[in-house]
Amino acid sequence: MPRKQRQARLLQGNEAIALGALAAGCNFFAGYPITPASEITEIMSRRLPALGHPFIQMEDEIASIGCCIGASLAGRKVMTATSGPGFSLMQENLGYACITETPLVLVNVMRAGPSTGLPTNVAQGDVQQARWGTHGDHPAIVLCPATVAEAFELTVSAFNYAERFRTPVILLSDETVAHMREKVALPGRDEVEVIDRRQPTVPPDWYVPYKADGSLIPVLADLGRGYRYHVTGLVHDERGFPTRRPDEVEPFYRRLFEKISRNFQELEKVKRFGLDDAEYLLISYGATSRSCRAAVRLGRERGLKVGHLQLLSLWPFPRRAVEQALEGARICLVPELNMGQMAREVKRVNPGPATVYRHSKMDGTMITPEEILNRLREVG
Amino acid sequence: MNTQVNIPPRSVVYDWLRHDKKFPHVWCPGCGLGILLGSLVRSLAASGLSKDQVALVSGIGCSGRLPVYVDVGSIHTTHGRALTFATGIRLARPDLRVITVMGDGDACAIGGNHLIHAARRNLDICAIIVNNLNYGMTGGQYSPTTPVGAKASTARYGHIEPAFDISNLMATAGANFVARTTVYHVTQLDSILTEAIMYPGFAVVEVLSPCHTNYGRQNRLGSQVEMMKEFKRRAVRVDRWEKLSQEQKKNKFPVGVLVRREEASYLDYYAEVCRKARAQMEGK
Repeated sequence: MPRKQRQARLLQGNEAIALGALAAGCNFFAGYPITPASEITEIMSRRLPALGHPFIQMEDEIASIGCCIGASLAGRKVMTATSGPGFSLMQENLGYACITETPLVLVNVMRAGPSTGLPTNVAQGDVQQARWGTHGDHPAIVLCPATVAEAFELTVSAFNYAERFRTPVILLSDETVAHMREKVALPGRDEVEVIDRRQPTVPPDWYVPYKADGSLIPVLADLGRGYRYHVTGLVHDERGFPTRRPDEVEPFYRRLFEKISRNFQELEKVKRFGLDDAEYLLISYGATSRSCRAAVRLGRERGLKVGHLQLLSLWPFPRRAVEQALEGARICLVPELNMGQMAREVKRVNPGPATVYRHSKMDGTMITPEEILNRLREVG
Repeated sequence: MNTQVNIPPRSVVYDWLRHDKKFPHVWCPGCGLGILLGSLVRSLAASGLSKDQVALVSGIGCSGRLPVYVDVGSIHTTHGRALTFATGIRLARPDLRVITVMGDGDACAIGGNHLIHAARRNLDICAIIVNNLNYGMTGGQYSPTTPVGAKASTARYGHIEPAFDISNLMATAGANFVARTTVYHVTQLDSILTEAIMYPGFAVVEVLSPCHTNYGRQNRLGSQVEMMKEFKRRAVRVDRWEKLSQEQKKNKFPVGVLVRREEASYLDYYAEVCRKARAQMEGK
């Protein structure tokens, strides 16, 4: 059905995430209540039992993600949802999902921290935690929506990446996107592209679980399907058994990183607005992108050549798109609700002529378009 | 001349242990985990389950290394979290029997919250807790089951915290089946594990096991054999335990099946939730 014929619905961001998960085939959810992510857990608690699928509210966030990983190893498409404090608790098992290559979607609806912070206010303080939160070096895929429609689309993408690359994927939403309502025309069931994880085709006797083909992604059988193997958080050899041999450890880590990095181009998701002739470049992600979009419109009305690059994927850092956008600009401003967590990444990849400024706000409220334009006037 | 070759019946060990995982195992001489491993595979063989119907989940510590030897779906998870993974597996695949193997520190300290909630939830999982009274793998620090007065690497002047009684804790928290035994009482261990593996609801088996290398040496408990004999001396069958006086109970502990309840499991209740949810959705 063409998009315009679809019935538009008024949806909340958190609702869109739950619906996106169901559209992507999510059939397992374990979570723990936390503001501002609880709606996702509540919706899943109503919808999954009606489909005959498990939903469980666990005793804490550590248990929630553990439960999800167990279910994923048993073949389910799993999701959990939390906010900053819960996200910190999940970091331990997030690393386990990385090293065991277990598909998992983790939604973190950001609120102001650290600690209990401002539980009902918006912030973007978990950008670097999403990248580096778990211990040990590891790759990360992190997606970040700015609209309710994007919340739906990126949730579907998160599931597809998780299943395809066999890795945890983090959906980094924020309180504003989570709780605002927008008119959204959801795609029909047949219009959503859903990717399922690969299943082994060799007989069990020939099966070597962690021996990857050219894709570098191992084909891991679901638990209890005739392919018995060992899963461990220890560094393991191709059979899944713990190893400390450098000639096995080094290729293991290299493959873990390369299975993501070699697909960088596909994982780079951005939206460009008025970049062609932009003298002033705004780079943002999540809720602040909405203010940037308005600032571009207002700025253009006032004769200011402003463009906007919205990052939908935060990690791997979309450096090619950022470099390209920076090349044409004179002034770049990175408005964000933290003290410059992404601005430092932009500065790091800045190829030359543009000067990169951060615009930080940490008072629990949104950055307004006027604030952005004032800041541009100030620096440029 | 008889030319027929007599092929012996395939042993339980041949059937249930992995052929591509090389022995010797990682445990110290005198450790009880090897005895538990033997008992577990005998119980699995007796249960009538196929190898593809079993998921064996462990946490971190000496006991965490046990599943790797067993030829089933084996999962070595994070410290204290084995039951959370097991919960996910059990909910995702109700046709699988899920067994967790945890140590005392693993299950009762870092995993204590998960343990009591798993018992309260009464989801069908068989939880084996190997209690060696200390943290063996990290060098003999005190755990929640270390007795008061005992020496540990982090209690050089004698331990001052009262210990958890794992079996009582589990009985109070709501587990359907609770049993305690030791690696000395191997036949009892076999029969308890065989029952626990198939028991509906949450089934806990506390297995006392000697840690000669750390706990035994620090507390001067003698040789590996002496530590095993100590289990024999101190264990009292549960039916005899009730008849003992307070004085006679001193330095003894009951072994056997302590609790057998028939509460419906979480899965039964969840099936009811699904039925209600479907009826409500269809009603709309």
